[in-house]
Amino acid sequence: MPLPGTIPFIGLTWADALFLMLGGAAIAGALFVVLGRDIIRNGLALIASFGALAGIYVILGAAIVAGAQVLVYIGAISVLILFAIMLTQSKAAPTQLVFQAQAAPAAIASAVLGVLLALALGATQWGATVFEGTPAPAGTSSTTAALFGPYLLAFEIASVLILAAVIGGIYLATAPKPGDDEGDEVAR
Amino acid sequence: MSMIAGHLEAYLALSAILFAIGSFGFLARRNAISMLMSIELMLNAVNLSAIAFGAFVPALVGQGTAFALLVIAVAAAEATVGLAIVIAIYRNRRTPLVDEYDAMRQ
Repeated sequence: MPLPGTIPFIGLTWADALFLMLGGAAIAGALFVVLGRDIIRNGLALIASFGALAGIYVILGAAIVAGAQVLVYIGAISVLILFAIMLTQSKAAPTQLVFQAQAAPAAIASAVLGVLLALALGATQWGATVFEGTPAPAGTSSTTAALFGPYLLAFEIASVLILAAVIGGIYLATAPKPGDDEGDEVAR
Repeated sequence: MSMIAGHLEAYLALSAILFAIGSFGFLARRNAISMLMSIELMLNAVNLSAIAFGAFVPALVGQGTAFALLVIAVAAAEATVGLAIVIAIYRNRRTPLVDEYDAMRQ
């Protein structure tokens, strides 16, 4: 028996319902990251937000980016952030005050930014969108054609950048040995 | 025919909301790692809009996704170096709160 075209009693299509669910989850996770008090829960909410965004990428037909999102963001960056939270959280300094003194101007600035983006969004005619109704069934082959065609130099530079970041991260995060301090000072 | 998920504006609106939330977090949080998490939120919002453009605009098919993949690579590099810097500063100052990093003001 085939599914009905729309959800019964609600009238939304299935794609719409999926988009609303995933988008709501992404926004809720992002709000919890920004407003929540316990920082380790903020990190976990960040993972939830990333996962919801990966689902939205799948709706958009960009399955390879969804895979990269799960591998890189959920698998690597979130674990890195959680480790950094565990390394830098001290019981002696509980963050009673989560926000800085400039929280109110920051809220105003963010609201203005959101309104500006919404205005620009509403004022633009998106007439060039021929894929009205369904996102492009582009798939992975057009992505790789672009990545290894016009973006090849950027691709190679990104690999060098990641190598440099790994070396720099190791250099910055290693604890200095006790005897090395004088040598470091002389070197500077 | 989808009323919401089939239109570019829905994805761009979601991206704008996420970017505004991330910018608020970056400006308002005291913890350096929270600020880095807000930066990741903003990068994700930009990725979402790039992929939406790549999926809806015919001239950008494939390019938006390739751009998003490059942004993910750069974000990974940024997170590595940023968190290493936070840990290095924490080792000296014993606090992750950015408003107590005032050594250059004294």
